[in-house]
Amino acid sequence: MTKHTPLYEEHLSCGAKMVDFGGWDMPINYGSQISEHNAVREDAGMFDVSHMTIVDITGDDAVPFLQQLLANDVAKLITPGKALYTAMLNDAAGVIDDLIVYRMDNGFRTVVNCATREKDLAWMAKQAQNFTVSLVERDDLAMVAIQGPKAIEKSAVALGKVHGPIAAQLNPFQGLPSEDWFIARTGYTGEDGLEVMVPNTEIVAFWQRLVEADIKPCGLGARDTLRLEAGMNLYGNDMTEETHPLESAMGWTIAWKPEERDFIGRNALTNIKTAGGYGKLVGLVLEQRGVMRSHQTVHAELDGPAIGEITSGTFSPTLNQSIAMARISGEIKDSCFVEMRGKMLPVKIVSLPFVRNGKKQFD
Amino acid sequence: MSNIPADLKYANSHEWVREDGNDVVVVGISDFAQEKLGDVVFVELPEEGAEVTAGDPVAVVESVKAASDIYSPVSGTIVEVNSSLEDAPEQVNEDAYENGWFFKVKMTDQGELGDLMDADSYADQCAED
Repeated sequence: MTKHTPLYEEHLSCGAKMVDFGGWDMPINYGSQISEHNAVREDAGMFDVSHMTIVDITGDDAVPFLQQLLANDVAKLITPGKALYTAMLNDAAGVIDDLIVYRMDNGFRTVVNCATREKDLAWMAKQAQNFTVSLVERDDLAMVAIQGPKAIEKSAVALGKVHGPIAAQLNPFQGLPSEDWFIARTGYTGEDGLEVMVPNTEIVAFWQRLVEADIKPCGLGARDTLRLEAGMNLYGNDMTEETHPLESAMGWTIAWKPEERDFIGRNALTNIKTAGGYGKLVGLVLEQRGVMRSHQTVHAELDGPAIGEITSGTFSPTLNQSIAMARISGEIKDSCFVEMRGKMLPVKIVSLPFVRNGKKQFD
Repeated sequence: MSNIPADLKYANSHEWVREDGNDVVVVGISDFAQEKLGDVVFVELPEEGAEVTAGDPVAVVESVKAASDIYSPVSGTIVEVNSSLEDAPEQVNEDAYENGWFFKVKMTDQGELGDLMDADSYADQCAED
């Protein structure tokens, strides 16, 4: 039996095609994934992300607990509402999950993935045993992401007199409470926009006001092409417990200083860094017809062995060509080959992201 | 519910076949198939003049979701391909039974048409998928 978010009936009435996603019945698209993608790049689109798991962390030890739990350092979060992207590692420096942490008045709010919910909560509870902290899952909150160059402007009316002014004052990567709502200027698309957490009892009315404001409902299909163009990792594809942040384009999220901060995975990560020779996550662009897909092998030479594989591949609606992320070993060159359906096709290696704020980011 | 025109024949791999006279048939993919695939982004068509056998993979359709082979439902020669799909593959989604056609085959064995499904049988198959 799959779970439904409070917006399930709204999806059906918007014409959604539903699929099972991590045990949740979620919209894959509402007709055309590409037109939904383009709405976010050019105008405004919205996603039901209520399946994601929100966990509030409070208590006297909230800071030291998270400083041990996470590879990035919550001590960086000085201003109210400031957000941080981080990995949660195991002792071997494998990625248990990636998450967002917001600084709250009385602690922190984290948002973790839906497919990893059980193991994340179990890991967090286990690590919390030695700290005076309280972990509370906020399944009383639903969440909608409104994304695109016109997202903030177009959602102002739907947010109303109470919440609208809060949204208008946010800096990028900041989130603030507004009564029992929480509004953040974050997202997973490479565009400006908001992620709004709303009590389950109020989310349907809010969604309907967003529909009235001509913000296009978008499914998980568009969410995936948007995040891949933006060079953002997807947990389970681009990083897993079998890979570490340094080979997953997440080196920038590791806070090495202060040196005495002993976060979980630090020792393993230090050894990996010292030894060197690990793989690297790069961007690939196919300049001919076809679509790269995950698990296709990457080769340095036409008739050479595999030096890696694609972790996420898709067709980029913005660039009108196929793009992919791949984990490869060895020296990075400008180009390589991908084996696609029995043929070796040349592809260009580029740095991530592919697209930011609607614009192509490579030559 | 997907659209399944009564005047066409269907293969179990979701191609439709329309008789065009002079032993020539037009082939495309069904509305049910295009819906399953999602937005089509590339179509790779066969060469005109190619000899094909019923069941051969002769074209490829790439959607946002996956790459899929398109099989020739009959044996014969490819006499024409819909090259407009190269620039406008979305026609497969928007108009699966008319502008979204893939290729035409001049049949060598009319009897193979009898192996294909009528609309009712195909609707039953789709209901089970």
